[in-house]
Amino acid sequence: MDLTKLTIRQAHNSLLKKEFSTEELIRGYLKRIKELNEKLNVFLDVYEEKSLEQARVIDKKIAQGGEINLLEGIPLAIKDNILVGGEKTTAGSKTLENYLAFDDAVVVKKLKEEGAIILGKTNLDEFAMGSSTETSYFGPTRNPLDLERVAGGSSGGSAAAVAASMALASLGSDTGGSIRQPASFCGVVGFKPSYGRVSRYGLIAMASSLDQIGPLAKTVEDIEIIYQVIKGGKGKDSTVVEIEDKSSFNEENIVIGLPEEFLKETDKKVVEEIEKVVGLLESKGIKVERISLPYLKYALACYHLIMPAEASANLSRYDGIRFGFNSSQGETLWQKYAFNRGQGFGLEVKRRIILGTFVLSSGYYDKYYLQAQKVRRLIAQDFSSAFKKVDFILGPTTPTPAFKIGEKISDPLTMYLSDIFTVPANLAGLPAISLPCGKIGNLPIGCQIIGKQFQEKELLEISKLIEKEIKEKIG
Amino acid sequence: MKFSLEKIEHFARLARIELKEEEKKKFAQDISSILLYVEQLQKLDTKKIEPIAQITGLKNVLREDKVEESREEVKENLFKNIPERKDKFIKVKKVLEN
Repeated sequence: MDLTKLTIRQAHNSLLKKEFSTEELIRGYLKRIKELNEKLNVFLDVYEEKSLEQARVIDKKIAQGGEINLLEGIPLAIKDNILVGGEKTTAGSKTLENYLAFDDAVVVKKLKEEGAIILGKTNLDEFAMGSSTETSYFGPTRNPLDLERVAGGSSGGSAAAVAASMALASLGSDTGGSIRQPASFCGVVGFKPSYGRVSRYGLIAMASSLDQIGPLAKTVEDIEIIYQVIKGGKGKDSTVVEIEDKSSFNEENIVIGLPEEFLKETDKKVVEEIEKVVGLLESKGIKVERISLPYLKYALACYHLIMPAEASANLSRYDGIRFGFNSSQGETLWQKYAFNRGQGFGLEVKRRIILGTFVLSSGYYDKYYLQAQKVRRLIAQDFSSAFKKVDFILGPTTPTPAFKIGEKISDPLTMYLSDIFTVPANLAGLPAISLPCGKIGNLPIGCQIIGKQFQEKELLEISKLIEKEIKEKIG
Repeated sequence: MKFSLEKIEHFARLARIELKEEEKKKFAQDISSILLYVEQLQKLDTKKIEPIAQITGLKNVLREDKVEESREEVKENLFKNIPERKDKFIKVKKVLEN
């Protein structure tokens, strides 16, 4: 059993053929977690006993000749801003250090119903605010491929867990690139479905019009298996859209757009890797067209107004009275709130709340927040006009490979720039995926493919094709 | 736009966040540079553009106004999270001034 090469379907088949038991599989992953976690800081909590107990129940079922679901007995890791009922959920924050999740998130409930085994919770930037997992109250996650470097963020723990084979696959959340950017830095596949495809109930909210849950895994097939289970869930999240996902995918007449805006200001070596992918596609007879999305260059500025505005409203619930960090200081109720929040939140979170409060305040609302919402429409329109000419949009996931721990943490603006190519898909609500497509030295590079709204099936089809080409020709 | 220390204090107050002196100084600097960066949006002509608040196109999503009883376990978990309480009541500082 080589865990570093295992996929979900292979694990499932091996369980059925009794090549190994569920308990052996789980023990294998728990052993890797024990060996690697101290060094990498990937898991914040591990459910050892519960996982093994669940594994034994599944083994009994298999021994009795019972059928098992594809995900049954498959060990997964969950980002620690997604609730697993009765377990601690910290969101990487001091204020939620001891917070007990009152119930399962809809996605967790769906995974449990399929029999997936949740190994534990993974590290993240505090309240998913960051691009390096360095803002976590519990310390940064290290990149398994280079310990001096970040795993990316905010789902850095979930990406590193897959890259280091400490879980077979994982869930993350993506507000401006938080699944795709760490996937790219760690050399795994990361998928953000269209906004509205997956229920956000039980996800600790950051920016509600942008947040979306999605899977990280080693292959596109694994991504698809998990996505099919977690999607939907109408009811407790009123923004869930359950429209049919029709795929008219036909390899013969596909056109892929390559926006020039995605290649400017990008590390030359990263551009070379993307050019290689383009070459592979062209040699397969797929048309790649250079296109331009003129408003793309405003996406990051637009995002850094809308996101803090929504975050400041969402985080007003952390008053330390009903739950969360409770300071010993503060005489009056007002002071108590201010100390609970001032001492319970870290720097990045406080900075975003204050900026968000400012851009929503009277006198500044029109100039900043409303203007950003209008620019958001221009960006979304840019994509809809592009999608009249092309079927998919391709480019690098990030302008550089993983940077060093500490390199960007003191200057927020430099850190924000690492999300420059991932933010547009969130603003436009589009599905987007990051696939490993090459390496600079030992550091993985990701290519991002953006699809049409609510057409994840087509996006996953083309991703499988590109993945296959890359694996065969680049390795 | 330069973001002054006074502005930081004002908005931190509105957001109910107690800041240390060095945090105020850092945030004044950081937020000034973020605002300088986002200034680029001001030159775009958006007079005829409708703002986007949400991207799905959904409208008026309603549900029945029906109370659903929570499971005991869920209620228990919620109570366990309350830092200061007496029985089933949450303790807070005095709300009304003398």
